Amino acid sequence: MNAVWICVIVVGMATMLVKAGGPVLAAGRELPQGAGRVVDLLAPALLAALVATQAFASDEAIVLDERAAGVLAGAAAILLRAPLLVVVLVAAATAAGLRVIS
Amino acid sequence: MTDARYRDGMRVMLPLMPAIVAFGASFGVLARAAGIDSLAALVMSATTFAGSAQFAVVSVLGAGGTAAAAIGAAVLLNARYAPMALAASGAFRGGPLRRLLEAQLLVDESWALSSRGGRFDRKLLLGAGGILYVGWNAGTAIGVLAGDRLTDPATLGLDAAFPALFLALLAPLVRSGGRNPVAAAVMGAGIALALTPITPAGVPVIAATAACLVGLIGPPRDAAPGRLAQEASS
Repeated sequence: MNAVWICVIVVGMATMLVKAGGPVLAAGRELPQGAGRVVDLLAPALLAALVATQAFASDEAIVLDERAAGVLAGAAAILLRAPLLVVVLVAAATAAGLRVIS
Repeated sequence: MTDARYRDGMRVMLPLMPAIVAFGASFGVLARAAGIDSLAALVMSATTFAGSAQFAVVSVLGAGGTAAAAIGAAVLLNARYAPMALAASGAFRGGPLRRLLEAQLLVDESWALSSRGGRFDRKLLLGAGGILYVGWNAGTAIGVLAGDRLTDPATLGLDAAFPALFLALLAPLVRSGGRNPVAAAVMGAGIALALTPITPAGVPVIAATAACLVGLIGPPRDAAPGRLAQEASS
């Protein structure tokens, strides 16, 4: 078997197990009280980390480019309470527009 | 007839479908360019269903890296799904096999959408994850068939669409939840950016989960449903 198929099978199985681990093993159990307060904060912590890395990270470098400007424009739309569709379109259009200019 | 809440999950994800299909297509194109055959690319999108890890495998193999290096990078990138799936574990129903299969529809977007003040709405998650799954795999198929005749998604600014989406999903958590979510978000972003230059991709986001330990400080907060969960239920 070649390297490509080894990667496809191993990564596929590993990802399926990682995703299923919690839901299968913790089936029918309530998380303890303190854990709930920590788990509640997983969403803001992870979302902020995803925003930061996807807006500013390029491999292992921090870059401020058209993509970051697009996200910034999206942030402005969020502050103006724009609906989700508008936020996403503003971000994409800003990044695309700046790339045309530059 | 589909339950209304599955449809709600799909509806909220609709604005993102062009971006999802385009990124699926770019995975297909890059996979072919890196010498990965079409069937392998399609199987990978159907089984792994996680963009960043799939791109990592393509870029490592395309650059002449070993299978072990590609697998290592992909597993690191997907390790974040362990805490995310654990947090959402209460939402899943039925026996182990059904839980295993349904949990495959958990991706960043469906997870964030279905989060309602620490609890997770299974139907929103499955509806959103299901339509994302269709879009991702359809996109991959388009990509492997069309090859390099497609436009780079960056030209359309689609690379800015995803962080903007996550920011939009983050905003209501920060707005309504008091001090701790703000602290968790700021620390999460700070940890991720600080580690970006010095650790392999994937590590910064996993390490950022440590920020949720601020939940052990101070009084408990009231659970409040996120803006998008409200949008979905309206």
